[in-house]
Amino acid sequence: MNDDLSQFYQVFFDEAAELLAEKERLLLGIDIENPSSEELNAIFRAAHSIKGGAATFGFTDISEFTHVLESLLDKIRRGEMPLTAEHVDTFLAAKDVIAMLLGGHHVGSPVDRQQVAEVSQRLNALADENGASAPQPVAAAAAAVPAAEPVPEPVSQPLPAGTMRKIRIELPETSDKDIAGLTTELGFLGTLDVLRQPDGRVAFSLLTDQSLQDVTAVCSFVVDETKLKISESAAGEPAPATEPEPAAVGVAPPSAPTVAPVAQVAAEVDRRVAKRDTPAPASHESSSIRVNIEKVDLLINLVGELVITQAMIAQRGADLDPVHHEALLNNFAQLARNTRDLQESVMSIRMIQMDYVFSRFPRMVRELATKLGKKVDFITQGASTELDKGLIERIIDPLTHLVRNSIDHGIESPEKRRQAGKAEAGRIVLSASHQGGNIVIEVTDDGGGLHRDRILDKARQNGLPVSDSMTDEEVWQLIFMPGFSTAEAITDISGRGVGMDVVRRNIADMGGTVEIRSVFGQGSTIRISVPLTLAILDGMSVKVGEEVYIVPLAYVVESLQPSAGDLKEVAGQGRLIKVRDDYLPLVYLYELFSIEPHFADPTESIVLVLGVDDRKFALLVDTLVGQQQVVVKNLETNFRKVPGISGATILGDGGVSLILDVSALMRGTV
Amino acid sequence: MENGLNQIVSSDNREFLAFTLGAEEYGIDILRVQEIRGYEPPTRIANVQNFIKGVINLRGLIVPVVDLRLKFSLGQAEYTDLTVVIILNILGRVVGIVVDSVSDVTTLTPEQIKPAPAVSSSLDTDYLLGLGTIDERMLILVDIEKLMSSEEMGLTDTAAYNA
Repeated sequence: MNDDLSQFYQVFFDEAAELLAEKERLLLGIDIENPSSEELNAIFRAAHSIKGGAATFGFTDISEFTHVLESLLDKIRRGEMPLTAEHVDTFLAAKDVIAMLLGGHHVGSPVDRQQVAEVSQRLNALADENGASAPQPVAAAAAAVPAAEPVPEPVSQPLPAGTMRKIRIELPETSDKDIAGLTTELGFLGTLDVLRQPDGRVAFSLLTDQSLQDVTAVCSFVVDETKLKISESAAGEPAPATEPEPAAVGVAPPSAPTVAPVAQVAAEVDRRVAKRDTPAPASHESSSIRVNIEKVDLLINLVGELVITQAMIAQRGADLDPVHHEALLNNFAQLARNTRDLQESVMSIRMIQMDYVFSRFPRMVRELATKLGKKVDFITQGASTELDKGLIERIIDPLTHLVRNSIDHGIESPEKRRQAGKAEAGRIVLSASHQGGNIVIEVTDDGGGLHRDRILDKARQNGLPVSDSMTDEEVWQLIFMPGFSTAEAITDISGRGVGMDVVRRNIADMGGTVEIRSVFGQGSTIRISVPLTLAILDGMSVKVGEEVYIVPLAYVVESLQPSAGDLKEVAGQGRLIKVRDDYLPLVYLYELFSIEPHFADPTESIVLVLGVDDRKFALLVDTLVGQQQVVVKNLETNFRKVPGISGATILGDGGVSLILDVSALMRGTV
Repeated sequence: MENGLNQIVSSDNREFLAFTLGAEEYGIDILRVQEIRGYEPPTRIANVQNFIKGVINLRGLIVPVVDLRLKFSLGQAEYTDLTVVIILNILGRVVGIVVDSVSDVTTLTPEQIKPAPAVSSSLDTDYLLGLGTIDERMLILVDIEKLMSSEEMGLTDTAAYNA
């Protein structure tokens, strides 16, 4: 594959994927009874763009398939046939087929040709169905007439109304060379007549099975689309009196017949009608650009460097006499502000709206609910909430799992819901919102809720240490244990018990937490909280001996200076510290990392109380240095994973400081 | 080692960066060298092998620094104004090595490179390309790529887990 071309391939694949997603979103949102022409046009446009791109790059299987789809869509958007649920289902299936074909070309994933043929047949069948039931009489042989075959006497022959149409194109002043080129191009589309107008301009009359847009697209390579007069009249209707006898394809007749004014007006009217059909250019396309993520990451790194340099300057500035250097110090302050703003804007480039994730759920919910014979209203809230690209991709799997669980286990069958006095259709709400430096995503259903006793029974069967006196929160946490499932029947959707523990682990890997709230008979809410970005972290810098470490602020509950009476040594349990009424395990950081501490006596040191999930522990350090935002650098890029360390950052003085892996410290795996 | 030697012998002249560790002079493929810097104390990493001195900030990259003198018990691991860190680029990873000093860049013809004797220095012959001779000087030619990605250096995750 040519390298230059493969660059464009990538753009095509990216775009096609976006168009498909857009198409699916529109299809799922469409009101079948009363579809808006805008939505139908948008769906058509998506299919059309994919077809065009695929044809350009020579992916004929995609362009051929999309063409079938497009023809059917075209009929619906023209109001020639009503939209039915069957259409929507077939269009969704078609979307999958296109995605599969794209995958085949892009990454060489397997393509099920049978499925392609099957869906293609369904599309054709639907298109023909219309033909049969359409009010206009249609020749049975219509479909058998090859599109590009020149029809010598179009007027006298019955024409396939569904597929062939007559298009009239009036060109602005155009050079002879362009006209010749256009004549050849249009000749490929069907039967072409060239008409010379009295003012020397040229008009074409084209009998073709291509849509108006296709024809316009061909012309727009040569002439300005906006100056083009293009109109369509149903094929088979008598040709205007002024029209000459059809000439052979691609040959311009030397005679220049005059055009009757009436026909001119008709063409104008048609043009206006056609214009209404022509989709308005989507405005959002021009307001965004496609950039390689590596470029963005480089930018973020560079800004990170700038922030560090700025911090160094600020540190030097702190030593200056404010009286003598007032102007310079003001400039430093301004630099600090600008740098911070710059960093925020650059970080926001990586931010993607949650819609990216949410948009894939409606279809899944719809299909799953149908399969399970349940009725579900799916609602999303806060789809415009933004999250870092790296995180957003990792949150899809856990969320998919939770939503599936809600449909499978949460929402009851319609009969059950009726008996319980609820609406037949269950309700699942997927919401996202910002809370501080975190994004909170909730999956709420109004289903049966968690069954406390059943979970406890199951836990006992699995040999877990449980008691009836456990709080609800503790009981709910049990479903995160590996291999835990209370589903009565294992389905292919869920119930194998390999889900919730994976969900929690995935979320924990992102530095987030999962909480469950549930009321039996009324529903459950699963709440995920993850940091907005992994690239920047609010840290507390602490000093032990001469070394400075960063503790992620999210884990810090409080800090205190211990008194001798609060410290306990328990045989076999290690050290404990009494914080109010709780005894917490106490970890000496200087021992763990073999550092010579400033204070050997714990009562002179500082204890940080750190919390992970619902558990707490205490960490002994020499002093607290301060609180700051740090740019997180991966230690594994050039080195390897180090126990107890989650990453590194660069301090204001250019030195490196290590970031503590608080969860590993708590698990005692250091 | 056979392969390494054959490679050298079969190819044309190659350039080596010569540096000293204790009393011995070593040479590494110049193409693996990214830059040479003065020594600055790195940030120590707890609970790793003693020859891994820590990590430094190389223009925003976090780069581990290894003291080869400690690794091979060569001379005194002292840090003076002359102590030098050679920044290497090994298979896309950046890593620094501390050496006593850097002397020059030397071109060796295939004839000047002799196979390393089975017992020579503190380095396992597996990591040697051979011995280079230029007049009175003798360079111990190290396969630095192989050495730095070896398990015993413990610089990568797989190496650390297998160790």
